[in-house]
Amino acid sequence: MKLARFQRPDLWNWSAFDQLTNIRDEINRLFESPYENGNSDGFNSWAPALDVYEDNDNLVVRAEIPGMKKEDIDISLHDKVITVSGERKHEKKYEGGKTSREERFFGRFTRSIALPKQVDTDRVKATYTDGVLTVTLPKSEEAKPRQIKVQD
Amino acid sequence: MANSVTTTQENRPARDQQQAQSRRGWILPQVNIVESKDGYVLEAEMPGVNKAGLEILLEGNELTIVGRRKVDVPNAQLVYRESPDRDYRRTFELDPAIDTGRINARMDNGILYLELPKSDRVKPRKINVE
Repeated sequence: MKLARFQRPDLWNWSAFDQLTNIRDEINRLFESPYENGNSDGFNSWAPALDVYEDNDNLVVRAEIPGMKKEDIDISLHDKVITVSGERKHEKKYEGGKTSREERFFGRFTRSIALPKQVDTDRVKATYTDGVLTVTLPKSEEAKPRQIKVQD
Repeated sequence: MANSVTTTQENRPARDQQQAQSRRGWILPQVNIVESKDGYVLEAEMPGVNKAGLEILLEGNELTIVGRRKVDVPNAQLVYRESPDRDYRRTFELDPAIDTGRINARMDNGILYLELPKSDRVKPRKINVE
């Protein structure tokens, strides 16, 4: 079970890190490292990046997991924590080939993230396009914003 | 160096120009490169990029791949983000043996597959003794 990079969204002040991120990017570019995204904590495991969006009715969780088969992706919800896991298999074998660069990761991954609102678990929908998993989680009625009229 | 597809320093003038357009800079896609006697296969991870957002530029012996993400959650507010808010770009120096006229590209689930065949004249061949 991988718990790396689990952060409560409300505690993560990402704009404060912009400056640092820029410096890190420059250094990474200098060394041509494609791992600036924190996609791995080493050389034998990986964890896809997760994004969370919100509109009036839904929370949307987006995960970048290129090169997957739909049936190899698992999504589960427990309390307000969504877990995306699966296995990326080495589907292509190049017989007699000589590998000159190997930066991609294969194997199992698990990512979890706490959702900022309560969701209606029965109406969750997920799609996988262009290597991006998009999970749409409708907010439960109590969690939706509401307008309250002032009575006289 | 000459006998493989290698990554090169970023193309500086081009990069500065591009950065002026979108101050965000670029992200390097992760790649696998396999060489066989017939050519090379390059796989590059570019999630969020479809065929329309893909650009492959060939300049001399340098091949540059550019992948532009499409915004797929347009009307929602961002709560938390780990994915880089930048497009992909990476430049490779090509083995002179590659027949640049026959390079073939395909996008599949966020992975770019590039086939770079070697030209026939450099392929190993057997010469019959008469």
